[in-house]
Amino acid sequence: MIEFNLDRGSGVSTYLQLVHQVRQALRLGTLRPGDQLPTAREVVESLAINPNTVLKAYRELEREGLVEGRPGMGTFVRQGVAGATLAEHTRLRRGLEAWVREARSAGLDQEDLRALFSVVLADAAKEGAA
Amino acid sequence: MRPALEATGLGVRHRRTWALRDCSLSVPAGRVAALVGPNGAGKTTLMHAAVGLLRPALGSVRVAGAAAFVAQDKPLYESFTVAEMLAFGRRMNTRWDDAAAAGRLAGLGIPLRRRVSGLSGGQQAQVAVTLALAGRPDLLVLDEPLANLDPLARHDVMRSILGEAAGRELTVLLSSHVVSDLADTCDWLIVLNGGRLQVSGDIEELLDDHLVLTGPGEASAAGTRVVAASRTGRQAGLLVRGGPPLDPRWRARRPGLDELVMGYLRSPDSAALPHLTRAGA
Repeated sequence: MIEFNLDRGSGVSTYLQLVHQVRQALRLGTLRPGDQLPTAREVVESLAINPNTVLKAYRELEREGLVEGRPGMGTFVRQGVAGATLAEHTRLRRGLEAWVREARSAGLDQEDLRALFSVVLADAAKEGAA
Repeated sequence: MRPALEATGLGVRHRRTWALRDCSLSVPAGRVAALVGPNGAGKTTLMHAAVGLLRPALGSVRVAGAAAFVAQDKPLYESFTVAEMLAFGRRMNTRWDDAAAAGRLAGLGIPLRRRVSGLSGGQQAQVAVTLALAGRPDLLVLDEPLANLDPLARHDVMRSILGEAAGRELTVLLSSHVVSDLADTCDWLIVLNGGRLQVSGDIEELLDDHLVLTGPGEASAAGTRVVAASRTGRQAGLLVRGGPPLDPRWRARRPGLDELVMGYLRSPDSAALPHLTRAGA
């Protein structure tokens, strides 16, 4: 089960904070396929936020194919939505750290690294979409 | 879907002066609507007209289904116990869900044997809201439900009102002076000022529709409609509708709810009403 929390000073809209927290929990494996999200009423009663904000966040997650609403039962993480496991995370992070060290010794600074990473990420997204 | 609350050309007169003039608005069902404005803006008048406590001089106001109203002074009998307040409500109402009311009070940890005078301000507010909800209203109207409550009690009262709205088809209309209490809790905004309606609309759409601009005083606001302007030295700050502005010297960002409300209240002649939204889109 996921427990939402809000950063009211962050400037990020409440509904996006909820969406991000579910995505993050999926990535880290704290939410798994079949897990139920809290009901709108539970979220509202713990955070004192507008009910439609929660519904909007859940609709967005549904649109992204991450969760599904089952009428009369609630909202569940869909089967087949598997984030990388913690072990995979650690392995990928090691790889990235090695790459960063290599780029540093080739003379790239922080900004260069960010730019390069965003370009590669954007290219990969384009290939994925094609 | 039928709106939960609809006013058409509503006008209310207190003796010789108009407390509310030419007010036309419509709140969709299932919304939590915030009613804001300075003292004497007509907030309580609009709420009284909506629940039928006073008769309009002009126009009409309609509620889809039943309405319940909680007045600002938390109308409870001080010498009654909570159980006696419940019994009173049961006898005064044809529609009454006693089990839900008792369950709600138990959930909030409010003892039925306690006298109203022995409850905290927050508990009194919770009892008043519970009594209003026991009538199974479609529209719950609350006049300053958070006034005189400490921050923790405000949070608790708000949580329980919103929880109720999430649990079933319920539309809420509540007035408040404190705009920061409304930012995360409400999704519809109504601004009244001097008896006139200035704003009525979906909060997210209103915020998307407006920009806060800062830049040199001589920059042109062409391409936008100026709601409110302020100047400090050579710097100008604007709240505008539409945009972005053509002049590249402006720095633009989305307003917060408090900035939007303050901008309109400072400029009583500006308005953001549904028919204007459609014309501008």
